[in-house]
Amino acid sequence: MNRDEKFIFTSGAKKKLFITLGIGVLLLAIGIFMLANQSAHHGEGHSHGSKETAHAVTADSSSEENAQTGHEQGAHANTIQEEGHADSAVSHSSNDTAGLHATGEQASMNSDSDTAVSHMTAHEEVSASKEATVNSSETHHTEHAGPAQGPAEQEVTGHEKAEHAGGGHHEVHWTTRLIKDLWLNNVFFAGIALIGVFFIAFNYVAWAGWSAGIKRIPEAFGAYLPIAAVLTIGLLLLFNHDLFHWTHHHLYEEFLADGKTKNPEYDTLLVGKHAYLNFPFFIIRTIVYFAIWISLWLTLRKFSKQEDITGDEKFHHKSVVWSAVFLVTFGVTESMAAWDWLMSTDPHFFSTMYGWYVFASWFVSGLALITLFVVILKENGYLSFINENHLHDLGKFNFAFSVFWTYVWFEQFLLIYYANIPEEVGYFVQRLKTDAYTPIFFLVLIVNFFFPFLALMTRNAKRQGVILKVVCTGIILGHWMDFYMMITPPILGQAGGLDLTFLFVEVGMTMIFASIFLFTILTALSKVGLVAKNHPMLGESEHHSVF
Amino acid sequence: MHVTSSVRPPLVTGGKKYEDVTQDICKQVEGAPSTAWKIAFTFSLVILFYGGYCLWTTWYEGIGMWGLNKTIGWSWDITNFVWWVGIGHAGTLISAILLLFRQKWRTSINRAAEAMTIFAVLCAATFIIAHMGRPWLGYWVLPLPNAFGSLWVNFNSALMWDVFAISTYFTVSLVFWYVGLIPDFATIRERATGIRRKIYGALSFNWDGSAKTWSRYEAVSLVLAGVSTPLVLSVHTIVSMDFATSIIPGWHTTIFPPYFVAGAIFSGFAMVLTLMLVTRVLYNLEDYITIEHIESMNKVILTTGSIVGVAYLTEFFIAWYSGVYYEAFAFQNRAFGPYWWAYASMMTCNVITPQLFWFRKVRRSLMWTFILSIIVNIGMWFERFVIICTSLHRDFLPSSWAMFSPTMYDVGDYLFTFGFFFTCFLLFAKYFPVINMAEVKAIIKSSSEHKK
Repeated sequence: MNRDEKFIFTSGAKKKLFITLGIGVLLLAIGIFMLANQSAHHGEGHSHGSKETAHAVTADSSSEENAQTGHEQGAHANTIQEEGHADSAVSHSSNDTAGLHATGEQASMNSDSDTAVSHMTAHEEVSASKEATVNSSETHHTEHAGPAQGPAEQEVTGHEKAEHAGGGHHEVHWTTRLIKDLWLNNVFFAGIALIGVFFIAFNYVAWAGWSAGIKRIPEAFGAYLPIAAVLTIGLLLLFNHDLFHWTHHHLYEEFLADGKTKNPEYDTLLVGKHAYLNFPFFIIRTIVYFAIWISLWLTLRKFSKQEDITGDEKFHHKSVVWSAVFLVTFGVTESMAAWDWLMSTDPHFFSTMYGWYVFASWFVSGLALITLFVVILKENGYLSFINENHLHDLGKFNFAFSVFWTYVWFEQFLLIYYANIPEEVGYFVQRLKTDAYTPIFFLVLIVNFFFPFLALMTRNAKRQGVILKVVCTGIILGHWMDFYMMITPPILGQAGGLDLTFLFVEVGMTMIFASIFLFTILTALSKVGLVAKNHPMLGESEHHSVF
Repeated sequence: MHVTSSVRPPLVTGGKKYEDVTQDICKQVEGAPSTAWKIAFTFSLVILFYGGYCLWTTWYEGIGMWGLNKTIGWSWDITNFVWWVGIGHAGTLISAILLLFRQKWRTSINRAAEAMTIFAVLCAATFIIAHMGRPWLGYWVLPLPNAFGSLWVNFNSALMWDVFAISTYFTVSLVFWYVGLIPDFATIRERATGIRRKIYGALSFNWDGSAKTWSRYEAVSLVLAGVSTPLVLSVHTIVSMDFATSIIPGWHTTIFPPYFVAGAIFSGFAMVLTLMLVTRVLYNLEDYITIEHIESMNKVILTTGSIVGVAYLTEFFIAWYSGVYYEAFAFQNRAFGPYWWAYASMMTCNVITPQLFWFRKVRRSLMWTFILSIIVNIGMWFERFVIICTSLHRDFLPSSWAMFSPTMYDVGDYLFTFGFFFTCFLLFAKYFPVINMAEVKAIIKSSSEHKK
């Protein structure tokens, strides 16, 4: 066993990454061109859309809002039907609208269109009597302030609708999609980097022996955290209005500028959350998360390097202590980061499971990437002492936590679906009952559960690099899609989904992020020995065998 | 070649050899019962009989004997049920998940933990049957073809899922426990004569100890571990759904499944510690259940306790964040309403005191561990009481708000399960080997002091 092995980040590897980056940029450029081109078709959809939705708008809604909804629906039709065949698209989306009303407002996952109509009527009556400008918003059916909210809140329901329609209007702009993709990839890769630190931390605390030999790989993941910090904060400062609806100031003002007219966009729910969801606090929290994560990563990294040099066992014990500190802070910050960065994109939605659900998704992605690194490094002649027994353990990790992700994902779904109350069910209505997202909803489940579950079921499968490579790639892509499903519906409304531009915009953007991410961690990996040569558990790792 | 890192402390101390293991553990089975055992057993029987009387009365007269009222339809009954099921989690976690994680320290404690699991699940089942009111119709929960017309169980009900989850869990745990006992019964058989030899021989299914038998034994253990790992998660997940699938504020929250599982492991480990600390002293097992074992279990308690703590805070935060009036009220009422003392007990016992385990001295102190393990179980009882009772007692209609006061039958039925649990455990500790001899022998080479 070569304890002084070093990873060399060859110019060949760098070249491949630059090529990936280049292709990504190229695809993205084509995608942007396509998007800009589509927005030229926008107007076409506009006119059809306004006719179609006119019936849904209550008597006192202004013509301006009417135009807004039409506008949106046009965009919707465009995206789904690709080339803007507005005739078929319009009828399509009008069905869609009825369904969404039934589900979004009355929160019944099971109601048919008849009940939908009656619900809608009843609702409109209530709203109209409260002098609310009810606008049957197409993009946003996530109003959680249903009838269950009590009289005070009920009054607001109508306002919210108007507000959402307003929000929806500017969300449709095609640059929002780019901003959303930046944010999506940023959060996804930041999470994987964080999971690298989490992996070494829990291995230290659990006194794991087998993983000592591959420890440097997850350790290197942390090197991306500073970049993620800069990107996150930068994106938040630049695009907070595009990503987070709740950052708009006008939602919190009860009266319009004249001081008498009620602000139709006033949102009592968001006013209630203002103590937590306000931009200064939000930015401070994000800075604190990164400060904690980066400083603890640097600490663990420092001990790891010193252990290499001195071989003193005390660095191991210090690492155990600081890993415990990391785990405690991680337990709190990870959930909060998930609420902040992901859950609050849909500021009315709440789920206590959300933080752990995001953790599960990040964790499986991180495990899959660690496994991929091990397999590929082995293929390139590194880590000769790592054998099928280590792969077996990594395979078990991927298998077990794919099942864990499914567990968390499914419990969250089942409980919300089963209870079917308006406060929360909109989340799944928006994802399960819409043309844009239903296919992805099931795709995510297939790729993230059935695929690893069946492919890694047998012992032999877990012990073979080739199979692990395929499965882990699938897992990473599948969980990227999972994050896509978390973020896209609230930001883009029905304008998301798998279409031709997806192959250029989303894929291109992801390639750019992936190449920067890989470049960073491969550089970090090449800076220190590939094997933590004085790790006291290294002997166990070297002679590891699975019964 | 197998390597054990030098930083790992030994798991079997006192220079024990194979024959010492057999001798130390078999002697408890072979000797006459000690006075301490007799006293404890008598005490358990007294409680069992008193509790049995209360339970009989509950069944005979109906559940009107309990303190339930029109607002609080579930209280001590389901609290006790969830509490016992939670305790029953440690056994399978230790024997299955720790087996998959190759944690060698599990070998000294898995036997007793699994036995505890089985008795705890039986205690839990008592409350399920009891709260039906008409226990002789208990078989109606099973989806049996029947002659009552279209009467059929409601497969949509989480209570129904519970029946499947817990009966599966019980069956697999029982098989797992018994398969592990077989080689040890054979060891006892080899040392016994006369009728004892026949009985233990039959219990061991005439184990022959051949290499092939051992190989099958290992394979079965691994398969059962694989099968029971999802069960560890599923049982308490489904128990949590008894509440979470409803729309009662305080019950309906998505974090319930994983947080119930963490809480179950938390209380299960605490109960294992309570029992093992006593057994360890009475049976002189200090070389097998070392301070390292106790420290490891305390670390699990600390971890799961902290997870539960994060879940409490998450629930509280989201109740505010949701902006849902009723949700927020349910939590305010929990913490500051008339049941504040139950909430405060829960928070203190489950979240605050276990944090003392951050100190190595506390983790390695027998007295502290014993006290804290009991405190954890008190806290976990309060947790279930808080969830069940405080969410119900102030419902949507203020005119029907009520408080719960237990009757002597609530208390007596709870005592019955204690009597039952300890009677079973004492019988187990006397007649069955409390430590898995075969598995401890398997780690002597790699992890004993003798080796070093």
